[in-house]
Amino acid sequence: MTRLPFSPRHLFLMPLAALMLLPLYWMVLTSLQTLPDARHFPPHLLPTSITWENYPNAWNAAPFGRFFANSLIVTGSAVLGNLVFCSLAGYAFARLRFFGRDVIFVVLLATLMVPFQVVMIPTFLIVQKLSLADSLTALALPNLVTPFGIFLLRQFFRTLPVELEEAARIDGCSRLGVLWRVVLPLSGPALATLAVVTFLWTWNDFLWPLIVITSTDHNTVQLGLANFQGAHLTNWTLLMAGNVMSLAPMLIVFIVAQRFFVRSIAASGIKG
Amino acid sequence: MILRAARSEHATGWLFVAPAVILIGIFGVIPIGWSLILSFQHNDLLSPPTWVGLDNYKALKDDPVFIDSVKRTIVYTVLFVPLSVGGALVIALALNAPLRLGTFYRTAVFIPVATSTVATGIIFNWLMEPTYGVLNYLLSKVGIGPEGFFQDPDQALYCIVAMTVWGWLGFNVIIYLAALQGVPEELLEAARIDGCGRLATLRHVIWPLLGPATLFLVVWSTINALQVFDEIYVTTHGGPLHATTVIVYYLYQQAFEFFHGGYGAAIAYVLFAATLVISLIQLWYGSRRVHYTS
Repeated sequence: MTRLPFSPRHLFLMPLAALMLLPLYWMVLTSLQTLPDARHFPPHLLPTSITWENYPNAWNAAPFGRFFANSLIVTGSAVLGNLVFCSLAGYAFARLRFFGRDVIFVVLLATLMVPFQVVMIPTFLIVQKLSLADSLTALALPNLVTPFGIFLLRQFFRTLPVELEEAARIDGCSRLGVLWRVVLPLSGPALATLAVVTFLWTWNDFLWPLIVITSTDHNTVQLGLANFQGAHLTNWTLLMAGNVMSLAPMLIVFIVAQRFFVRSIAASGIKG
Repeated sequence: MILRAARSEHATGWLFVAPAVILIGIFGVIPIGWSLILSFQHNDLLSPPTWVGLDNYKALKDDPVFIDSVKRTIVYTVLFVPLSVGGALVIALALNAPLRLGTFYRTAVFIPVATSTVATGIIFNWLMEPTYGVLNYLLSKVGIGPEGFFQDPDQALYCIVAMTVWGWLGFNVIIYLAALQGVPEELLEAARIDGCGRLATLRHVIWPLLGPATLFLVVWSTINALQVFDEIYVTTHGGPLHATTVIVYYLYQQAFEFFHGGYGAAIAYVLFAATLVISLIQLWYGSRRVHYTS
């Protein structure tokens, strides 16, 4: 029997990779064509001519710069908020003994089981009552601290040797000092996982902005993109240019830091 | 002295958890109860609500659009979960050993993970455009079509399945690859020495060790499938002819397009109960079959 000069797995993986990349390839290709070229049937599978005009056109057709700024503000607040508040709460649940601890912990964990869709109507009413409707604050506030983050960090903190913390306590370090100087410096991987997952989750969130935000100036990237499609329904070259712009930063970061992302997702998935 | 230290530990503990308790209390705990109360009310999200008892739930029972949305959600879930989890298993097994171009394949499979649901929807709108779309062209090469895809009521839901499987495969592959890393080399070697073939090793050594990952993925994918919304909003808006109106899409429409807040909350609670029951059944069944090694 003759052996293939390459692993037979390529026969499966090569078409698979083509299938996974085709949508993205087609998006980029269309964004670089004129509308008549893009609407040519049968379509050109390879570019016949290249034009860059769709990008400035898309950028001017909707305030994408604003959308990015909004998404960065909301996502940045969520990442920072989670790192700070989940660290504090996670440490308290892991190491401190205080009245009501276990009950609170169970209640917080239970909220993890409730899908957002179940509570979105009252959450909207709460935001309305707080006069926060159509504001970036309304987007950030519910995401500043997550039960998932608390649970993730609590589990991680419990694996650290408690002797180090006791030594610091004996040397007169406060609880906050122990957390800041001893625990957090040892928790790099867990904090990175939390940051990455919060970033991906908040950046790509769509339903909550869709409900809360009404003015274009407060659109996030995802909401802005969906509304952009609504305004330019069949202008495919313009739509694809907008799509590429919205995806490019995330895709570049993802490809450059792929190992890091993958490790974080794997860690949170298995433990979450 | 000890007493004071203990008291200060109570205070510190509470201080540390206070921000989390307040925020999760307001945005996580209160809405759960409020949602239940809402489901017994008539509430247009603006004027004061009125109490209607079980009327919303009774109306749901007789609402053909709701009943159909439940059926569609079931069809979607039954297709999405095995395809995305089973497909991911096959891909992860193929990617698990060192291979030329391995990094390229991995990147290709993982990239949709970083692609937002909205962007995914817009791209597939274009790929599946009936007149100019590239998919109809590729299908015509093998003698199929032209198809209506999202615009055909008989196909739209299956197109949503295909699109979301594309978007989710990468995540599931990541979880499976991580689990495969945990398969001890000694076990595989022992199986080889005992004369175990590849398929037998897969079935009797690797598959049982992947049990926890499989259980997690099945439960997690099911929860996500029952809540599918974004991609439908961006592609079909629940149409054509309600063909893709799944539960959450109907919930969104009732609450935020028709302003039937109470009715929407009733849908939400039915979904919640269903999700909980299904997850618990899966976990119960899984706990009897899955063995955790460590």
